[in-house]
Amino acid sequence: MLLILCPYCGPRAEIEFRCGGESHIERPGPYSEVDDGAWADYLFTRKNPKGEHRERWLHAAGCRQWFNVARDTVSHTILAVYPMGKTRPPTEAGT
Amino acid sequence: MGTFSFGSLLRNAMAGHKDWPRQWRAPDPKPAYDAIIVGAGGHGLATAYYLAKEHGVRNVAVLEKGWLGGGNTGRNTTIIRSNYLWEESEALYDHAVKLWEGLSHELNYNVMYSPRGVLMLAHNIHDIQVFKRHVHANRLAGIDNEWLTAEQAKEFCPPLNIAPGMRYPVLGAALRRRGGVARYDAVAWGYARAADRLGVDIIQNCEVKGIRRDANGAVTGVETTRGDIATKKIGVVAAGHTSVVMSMADVRMPLESFPLQALVSEPVKPVMPCVVMSNTIHAYISQSDKGELVIGAGTDQYISYSQTGGLHITTHTLDAICELFPMFRRMRMLRNWGGIVDVTPDRSPIIGKTPVPGLFVNCGWGTGGFKATPGSGHVFAATIARDEPHPIAAPFTMERFVTGRLIDEAAAAAVAH
Repeated sequence: MLLILCPYCGPRAEIEFRCGGESHIERPGPYSEVDDGAWADYLFTRKNPKGEHRERWLHAAGCRQWFNVARDTVSHTILAVYPMGKTRPPTEAGT
Repeated sequence: MGTFSFGSLLRNAMAGHKDWPRQWRAPDPKPAYDAIIVGAGGHGLATAYYLAKEHGVRNVAVLEKGWLGGGNTGRNTTIIRSNYLWEESEALYDHAVKLWEGLSHELNYNVMYSPRGVLMLAHNIHDIQVFKRHVHANRLAGIDNEWLTAEQAKEFCPPLNIAPGMRYPVLGAALRRRGGVARYDAVAWGYARAADRLGVDIIQNCEVKGIRRDANGAVTGVETTRGDIATKKIGVVAAGHTSVVMSMADVRMPLESFPLQALVSEPVKPVMPCVVMSNTIHAYISQSDKGELVIGAGTDQYISYSQTGGLHITTHTLDAICELFPMFRRMRMLRNWGGIVDVTPDRSPIIGKTPVPGLFVNCGWGTGGFKATPGSGHVFAATIARDEPHPIAAPFTMERFVTGRLIDEAAAAAVAH
C-alpha cells in the first residue's frame, strides 16, 4: 500500500485515495475542428509508461481535494506531489 | 524428440525417467525470419504454432525477454469460460473453448483441461438481472449458461455458504457447465514443444530493444539484447508491456497496465468441485490438482510494472472468501504474486493490424486472457499470415476506439471493475 502525501492533510494510507489516471491530458478544440482520431486519442490513448508517470489522485476519504502525483511505475516511489492546474515541477525528468 | 504415448511413458518410467529428451531447442537467433513474435507467453506461442501449422509460415522466431511462460501465463488462475455478453466476445471466447476441448490431443501434450463448471454468484438484484441477461444472451448464441437458485448453487458446490445472514447473501448463480480450468504451464510448454517441432525458434532471454522501419514506415526488423534480427512481420504479444514495445514503433496504445494478484493456500484434499467467482465482492476460487486453493484477487488502482500488488487488495479478497466459504477460514496461504495486465477502455482485447505496415498487435486481454489462449493465437496467426483480420478478430481492431464501435464487456472478468 502506498503512503501518499496529501498536500492538504499530510501523509495518509492509499486506501483513503482514488487514483484518477494520467494527468495533463488536454481536451482538444475547438470542437468543430477536432476529428475522430483526435477525440479517440483524448478519450482512450494513454502513455502507460514504464518509469515516471504523472497521475491525478483524489483524497476521497479525507479532504476530497484532487492533486497531481509523479510516481515511478516500477518502484512505486512517489517523486513529487503538486497541485491541480500546475505544470510539472521543472526539476523532474518529464515523461 | 519423439511423441508422447502410453508406450513412451512406460519405457521412461522403467528407465527411471532419465532419458526424456529436451522438449524444445534453445537456438541462437538467425539473421532473419519471415515473422517474429514478441513474447513467449501462451498467446505468443500459440500464435507461432498456428502460423507454422495452419499457414505454413515456419521460419518464425518467438522472442522472450525472460523465460517461456514466466509472465501472466504462469501467474493467472487458469479459469476458462466463454459466457460473455456481446456476440463478438462470445464468438471469440467460444472459439477458444472449442480449441481447448481438443488441445491435449492436438499438441500431444496433456494440458489437463478440466471443464468442471464455473459458478458466478449473484449477491443483489442488479447481479440477478445482469446474470439472467447473460444467460439469455449466451443461450441465443448457443453457449450453455444456466440460472441456479441459491439452493441449487449450494447443491452444485457444497462448501458454499448461502446463509441469509451474510453481509452479501448469495441470491443465485449463473452456471457455465463447460467452463473450467487447465494447467497453465502445460499450455505454454505444449505450444512451445509443438511449435518447436514445426521449426519455430523459441529464443529466451532475448529482450526487444527497438523496432526498425524503412523510409515508408514499414517494419524491417528488431533490435534485441542478442543482436539485430531482420523481418517483415512482427506480432507483438507482450501483455502488460505492450505499450512499452509499441512505443518503439511510435504507436500509442489505448492501454493501461495494472498489477493483478493471485494466491494459493496450502494443499488439501479435494474440496472444491468447481470454479466459483463473485464479481460483486471481488473473489474467485478453484482448487488445483495439487490440492491448493487458487484464489484470484483484484487489480490495484494505479499503473504499475512491478509484478507486485498491494496487500490490502488480497486481504479484501480473503475477507470475501472467508464469508463465502467459512470452512476455509483457518487455511494458510502459501504464495501470493502479481502479474501485469494490460487493460483496454472497453475491457475487450485488441487483435489486428496497426498503423505501421508489418506490425501486428494482440493485447488488451486485461484480467482474463488465459481462457482465450488457443483462440487468440489461432485468429492472430491468421491475421498475420493473410495480412487481414480473421473474421472472428475483425471487430477487435484498434480502429474501434476511433469509430466508436466498442465491445463494452462488463463480463470480462470477475473482479477488475
